[in-house]
Amino acid sequence: MSAEAARPPLSERLRPGLRAGVALGPVAFLVGLSFGVLARPEMGKVAPIVMSAVVFAGASQFGALAVLASGGGAVPAVLAGVLLNARFLPMGLALGPSLPGRALRRAAEGQAVVDASWALANRGDGTFDRDRLLGATLPQYPLWIIGTAVGTLAGDRLGDPDALGLDALFPAFFLALLIPELKDRRTLGVALAGAGLALALTPVAPAGVPVLVACLAALWGLRR
Amino acid sequence: MSAVWITIAALTVATILIKSAGPVAVGGRQLSPPALRVITLLAPTVLAALVAVETFGSGKHGLVVDARFLGLLAAGAAIALRMPLAVVVLAAAGAAAGARALGAA
Repeated sequence: MSAEAARPPLSERLRPGLRAGVALGPVAFLVGLSFGVLARPEMGKVAPIVMSAVVFAGASQFGALAVLASGGGAVPAVLAGVLLNARFLPMGLALGPSLPGRALRRAAEGQAVVDASWALANRGDGTFDRDRLLGATLPQYPLWIIGTAVGTLAGDRLGDPDALGLDALFPAFFLALLIPELKDRRTLGVALAGAGLALALTPVAPAGVPVLVACLAALWGLRR
Repeated sequence: MSAVWITIAALTVATILIKSAGPVAVGGRQLSPPALRVITLLAPTVLAALVAVETFGSGKHGLVVDARFLGLLAAGAAIALRMPLAVVVLAAAGAAAGARALGAA
């Protein structure tokens, strides 16, 4: 593996991604915190922390929690969570060609996909920087779990997460990631079409489906 | 096992499979220019859809305009002023919390 040996060491390659991930860390912490606060009454002290450690997909955790809290059973809760993760299918298909190595290794690296890291790893030319993806996720993962733990253990002292405006974090966070992507009018048009498609479907489709269907707007790229 | 733990176990397996699917199906290959253009457009499309749904989506009522929209406007202003990400999200949370405290939204 001479090509491998010629590359800089892993710690050096991960550094730009780590730097980006550290900036994302406080958001992961705060959203994890609001998940912990909301999950505590429904799931107890331990389960929310375990869930953040092993599922590590914010929207699907909130979605599954909402079903459980409304009295739905495990099956609808898992279905809601799966639909909210469905966007990771097209996102993973986009990422896959940029991942070298065996299938098992690519599958493991695919676990690092969360919205922010995936967006930051995208080079804007249809390829992804694998080291940036891994580096950006590394700080977010422990902070997501720690945030959840603080939320479950200290939640009764924090009050309602909505009163603190924590539900406004997600859209602001995604907007900050979106703006640098809007490089030209075509991109802006497709992004608006995706948003419009998602909004149109939100009142009628189960959560998660609108964003999945919105991905179809990117097929506009098949045109010159 | 309670519904909570069944949910956690099943959602863990499902999430791993979903995140693995793309990388396993297509790995390490050169793509055609049209495929690259589609992938290039995917990030802004997904992010714009997430902004829209997370701002206006409501579990029970379909679409609503509430304090989250004020938060989004505050975030937009912070982005326009080239503030760092932490300031952007705190501006959003602060605007939404303020509006709710005043009973405006």
